[in-house]
Amino acid sequence: MLIKQANKIKPSEITSKSDYLSRRSFIQAAVHAGMAGAAVNTGLMFCSTSALAAPLENVIKNPLFSTDEELTDLESISTYNNFLEFGNKKEDASEKAANFKIRPWTITVEGECDKPGIYDIEDIVKPYQLEERIYRLRCIEGWSMVIPWIGFPLSDVLKRFEPNSNAKFVTFTTVYRPEEMPGQIKNKNVKWPYMEALRIDEAMHPLTILAVGLYGEDLLNQNGAPIRLIVPWKYGIKGPKSIVKISFVSEQPQTIWTLLDPKEFGFYSNVNPEVDHPRWSQRKERRIGVFMKQDTPMFNGYADQVASMYTGMDLKINF
Amino acid sequence: MKAYYKPAVFILSLIPFAMLIYYVFTGQLTANPIEFITHHTGDWALYFLLITLSITPLRIITGTNAFTRYRRMLGLFAFFYACLHVTTYFVLDQFFDFQAILDDIVKRPYITVGFTAFVLLVPLAITSTQKMVIRLGNRWRQLHSMIYLITGLAILHYYWLVKADTRTPLTLALIFTVLLLLRLKWVKQARTALFSPK
Repeated sequence: MLIKQANKIKPSEITSKSDYLSRRSFIQAAVHAGMAGAAVNTGLMFCSTSALAAPLENVIKNPLFSTDEELTDLESISTYNNFLEFGNKKEDASEKAANFKIRPWTITVEGECDKPGIYDIEDIVKPYQLEERIYRLRCIEGWSMVIPWIGFPLSDVLKRFEPNSNAKFVTFTTVYRPEEMPGQIKNKNVKWPYMEALRIDEAMHPLTILAVGLYGEDLLNQNGAPIRLIVPWKYGIKGPKSIVKISFVSEQPQTIWTLLDPKEFGFYSNVNPEVDHPRWSQRKERRIGVFMKQDTPMFNGYADQVASMYTGMDLKINF
Repeated sequence: MKAYYKPAVFILSLIPFAMLIYYVFTGQLTANPIEFITHHTGDWALYFLLITLSITPLRIITGTNAFTRYRRMLGLFAFFYACLHVTTYFVLDQFFDFQAILDDIVKRPYITVGFTAFVLLVPLAITSTQKMVIRLGNRWRQLHSMIYLITGLAILHYYWLVKADTRTPLTLALIFTVLLLLRLKWVKQARTALFSPK
């Protein structure tokens, strides 16, 4: 009962902003000083608000990388989700992810890099200026949204781990927790955990971000809390959620989707209206909240920024 | 058979449609209303095909003709939901973009089989009247056995449509198979052997 009541009260009502900020700086100081994990974890537990999304502080807008299209409403963004770990229906994630535990959280970094290790999420996120990036999201199923993500460039993070010259690809793995994620048990033809990958230059591209929030608040569980990948010129399947492992590899890896069906899902999965999905056209998309379908632009409208990475490649073969 | 049974079946069969109307007015069509309506009507078209196909096994197992009188109505409800499904696709999904629709029908196997199933359903609906049954005689039975093909195509349409999780279409395929197996002679023979007075 006590816990339930506590959850009803907004954090802003119990903690003054200055206290909240000083607590933050305490945690930051603690992490900085490399204090024992136990102490850090206590701080982190305090930070995480299970069901309520906390507003994120010190976020700057990045108009350079943002679209000015109309935003998709938060209701749609938070109830219409493909998060197979929680089930195959769009509403499964918002209905079943409430008790998903996002703290404590660590990310294992391994493979072809000089700074492998297990990093606490706060340690990963802390050094960076949070940016709001309003990106188009195009699902391989033919619908799309416009989402104000909050995050920071993936490249800044990856550089810290000092990838070596063998690091040609980067893989991202979602947490495997069947006790909290019923879809990981029910969906037997999928090889869990969810694993996706990018070529190193795609990963280092300034448009590629790790997102920790949207609409000014912490990422909701159904949207991939606590941290997820966003690659706006690729189909949404290339943006794994709730990431626990980043690995630098030398060979192009299989991903969850190429393992499921290599004829239907290519490694690149770049948004491309010219290349049909084997079962449907990708020429048009339905923007959630808009009645008429609209044309899907090449690379989801990011061709100017990313097309050069694929010059000379046959995108019908490397789909 | 009580007189209100038939209207009761009629009203019950309208419930999925009523649900849809209710969802429209209470804003429960999800973030992607057109997809929701398409799936809802498609699901129920297929369910009604299977319900219609369960009448004969029911007769064989129970040994009474009591359910046969609802078969025409149930079949017509399958057609009703199929019409809503196809209309949703033409109007709401494609908005009369006939080039896109034609492309879909020709190039997308799941739409090809789905559309074929619907086209084949039309003559069955037209010839469902008592007059037609009498007029067509033996050919009526031949024509209407197309429902097996139609149901198979509809399940295939569903199976080819899903991205990762094929459990639902496979479950429906299993039910369809059971309904076909129950029509085999030995089922009737087994029943006769078990329940007939010696």
